[in-house]
Amino acid sequence: MQLKSKIKSTFLAVFVVAVLGSVVTGCDSGSSNKSTSTDSTATSGSADKTLLGAGSTFVYPLFSKQFSEYNKLNGLQINYQAIGSGGGILQLTNKTVDFGDSDAPLTDEQAQKMGVPVLHIPMCSGAVVISYNLPEVKDTLKLTPDVIANIYLGKITKWNDPKITAINPGVKIPATPILVAHRSDGSGTTNIFTDYLSKVNPEWSTKVGKGTSVNWPTGLGGKGNPGVSGLIKQTPGGIGYIELAYAIQNNLPYAKVQNKSGNYIVPNIASTSAAGNVTLPADSKIFLGNTDAADGYPISGFTWALIYQEQAYNKRSQDKAQDLLKMLWWEIHDGQQYCHDLDYAPLSPAAVTIAENILKSATYNDKAILQ
Amino acid sequence: MIILLSVLCTVPLFIILIYIFKEGFSKISWHFLINMPKPVGEAGGGIANALVGSLLIVFYASLIAIPLGIMCGVYLSENQNTRLANWTRLSVDVLQGTPSIVMGIVVYFWVVKPLHTFSALSGSVALAIMMLPIVVRSTEETLKLLPDTLKEAGLALGLPYHKVILRIILPCGISGILSGVILAISRIAGETAPLLFTAFGNLYFSTNILKPMESLPLLIFNYATSAYDDWHNLAWGAALILLIWVLLLNIITKIITRKWRVQF
Amino acid sequence: MSNMMNVWKAKKIKRSVRQIRAEKIFRTSLVLVSLSILVIVVAFLFTLVIQSLPSIKALGFGFLYGKAWDPVHNIYGTYPFLLGTLLTSFLALIISIPFSFATAIFLGEYYPRGWFSDFLKNAIELIAAVPSVIYGFWGLFVLVPIVRSLELKIGVTPYGIGIFSASLILTIMIIPYAASLGREMVRMVPSSLKEAAYALGATRYEVIRDVILPYSRSGLFAGVLLSLGRALGETMAVTMVIGNTSVIPKSIFAPGNTMASVIANEFTEAASSLYLSALIEIGLVLFLVTVVINMIGKRIIKRFTTQ
Repeated sequence: MQLKSKIKSTFLAVFVVAVLGSVVTGCDSGSSNKSTSTDSTATSGSADKTLLGAGSTFVYPLFSKQFSEYNKLNGLQINYQAIGSGGGILQLTNKTVDFGDSDAPLTDEQAQKMGVPVLHIPMCSGAVVISYNLPEVKDTLKLTPDVIANIYLGKITKWNDPKITAINPGVKIPATPILVAHRSDGSGTTNIFTDYLSKVNPEWSTKVGKGTSVNWPTGLGGKGNPGVSGLIKQTPGGIGYIELAYAIQNNLPYAKVQNKSGNYIVPNIASTSAAGNVTLPADSKIFLGNTDAADGYPISGFTWALIYQEQAYNKRSQDKAQDLLKMLWWEIHDGQQYCHDLDYAPLSPAAVTIAENILKSATYNDKAILQ
Repeated sequence: MIILLSVLCTVPLFIILIYIFKEGFSKISWHFLINMPKPVGEAGGGIANALVGSLLIVFYASLIAIPLGIMCGVYLSENQNTRLANWTRLSVDVLQGTPSIVMGIVVYFWVVKPLHTFSALSGSVALAIMMLPIVVRSTEETLKLLPDTLKEAGLALGLPYHKVILRIILPCGISGILSGVILAISRIAGETAPLLFTAFGNLYFSTNILKPMESLPLLIFNYATSAYDDWHNLAWGAALILLIWVLLLNIITKIITRKWRVQF
Repeated sequence: MSNMMNVWKAKKIKRSVRQIRAEKIFRTSLVLVSLSILVIVVAFLFTLVIQSLPSIKALGFGFLYGKAWDPVHNIYGTYPFLLGTLLTSFLALIISIPFSFATAIFLGEYYPRGWFSDFLKNAIELIAAVPSVIYGFWGLFVLVPIVRSLELKIGVTPYGIGIFSASLILTIMIIPYAASLGREMVRMVPSSLKEAAYALGATRYEVIRDVILPYSRSGLFAGVLLSLGRALGETMAVTMVIGNTSVIPKSIFAPGNTMASVIANEFTEAASSLYLSALIEIGLVLFLVTVVINMIGKRIIKRFTTQ
């Protein structure tokens, strides 16, 4: 009997603590509601100030800053999970997220799977840099398209290969083996990189091709831009392709790449904007790889937010659709001010106009959402 | 030779424990426990959302798995040889051997797709299914060890069957059942794979069961494989907290088994 | 007087009826719960099979020995992952067997009781309790640099990450399974057998080699099988240190991929239905293999303990 009452009182104590704990944390959160209600798929309008997005890691540093600022402005919580462009597209197809983001526009098969029209809204453009880990080399290396392709094809395996030393006269390069890093997940960054390689190297084009996920001839796989950055940082002799913001944030050196006009270009806002200074088509889908611009960085690309054109699906509320559209409108206007500090190239005025038109075509029950 | 090999087994464990204590200890502070992660590149931040998220997901999973598991264990110990019992035992064995990633896949199709959203609920369901075999097993084993005389005495006194089970048998086996439950909790507290495509992760603090939720193992996985040193620091601290949680649960289990055991 | 008796009888009957109903409800709910667990497992298998049907139909058996995993051209072959899984698991098993057997014999025969035995037993069980993501984390930051410097000394490409590192981490993780089970099996050897051997003048080593090990052979084998089952299904620790390269590994120091880690990496993004279905088919194969191995192990244990 003594045992039984001891057990009872312990359980009572644990139960009380658990209840108190959940009450306290419930008060703590403020905006979110601990709903055990049956109202599952229909998101109840204004009480639910959250949006769920998934996709590209390319744009994640920018989104992370922008969403945190937007949250300060009006309390909307935007939960963005950087699982790769492929992931963003899939989750949008399954309608498990409110918006996706991808640096690779939808392929025909993906568009067909979605079934209904999907809008691509350009967010910004960025540079995919070739970053490397060679602590003994103090100067910035120069690389040509051929060299990059051959490294990734597995043909050039040492850093002091004659092809590399030839284009970097005067730079002392050690005989370290080259350790290639690429993406292990479905990636828009990969898409930009392989699109560029397919344009500049016919062997790559036939042997590997371009896409968000390819059959890499060699190298280690990292998950997301952060994963590849991690691999480069931890592996002496490593080389990989990552978005500029990641290279800068992790103090990784990156190469000057020779563009179509023969100039060795440093990737930065100016050269990315120069590459992006083209007329966008009305649906904004365009590739910037191997740009014609004389001072444009050849491995640049846009990143697009993806939403369904008709927002009244799955019992989504009009409020939610409006929150989403308003957020995206802010992104292409006020949100662009945060591009500069993170070395992304903001949209040109022409691009903003095209983006505005695309946003205006979003409807709720066939009525335009934004006026 | 044999002594050497046996002792060597434990060396990696201690190396790991000591390393994590060393790395994680300096990262933990009140600030660490209360705050949310900051945007990429900004220093500081904490793991409050992951801590609370883990607690909530485990709590809901236990809510689902404990009653179901105990009842199934009772049934199995009461009916040794019926066809249903044998098939159920087989199923429980199958569940125990299932890789956790396959659990995640199946629960994705069962809960996430129909609800059209990632949610803590789906994560809890996946973890509950993982808890079931452990709870069922330990309940059945414990109850099998109790002498039949207990049950017969209760029935002879005129008590209805359900009262005999609930008021006599279960309390006598409480130490074994509870240790099974706590072991199951400690096992799922550290599981990551099922949560990868169910709970999904959340940058913000959330207690809503129908929305994605962050949890400690998810946070460790994402931050450890990134390149930011800030995130690595957060991951070390989180790893230490997770480790302490799991170790505490295991120690509590051992104490309960010893102190609350009813001897016959 | 008889009125009171009638009232009392009526109350008793009402209470008994209620009790009987309550009992019936209780028993039915017990049956229902067990039934539902059975249903869950069947539904599991069902879901896996249905979701991998598109891939099974399109790729057939070539799936299992196809060498290329190429989502761009929709070519899916699981051979690299099968190889990666088998390599890491068996390598881990081979390295861990001496350790687990030594521990089993040490705890079962030399020191079945005592504070040191308790300490060692608890430590081994603790190894199994540590979450796998922590093993992966530690492995990534501590083990991988060590393996990298080892590779530099040997002269292979110093990735650090790769099949070898994954096997090492797996070794540490699976030791407890064979060790705990082995210890139980060794302890169950009847003393009469051992005493007879000692009486005939055998040394301790000879008793272990010629009496204990043969007797508990099947039990030890079951422990090994359980360890194998655990190694095959391990996801997180392996994903973090194996290098995620979907090609056939060129050596054990090269990066590779296992069935579990490819699912973890690519599931949330398999955008085409054939891709997703192929991944789920990998999951189905993994499920079947681990379940079969675990079942065989458990069957052996049951036969051994009821002998």
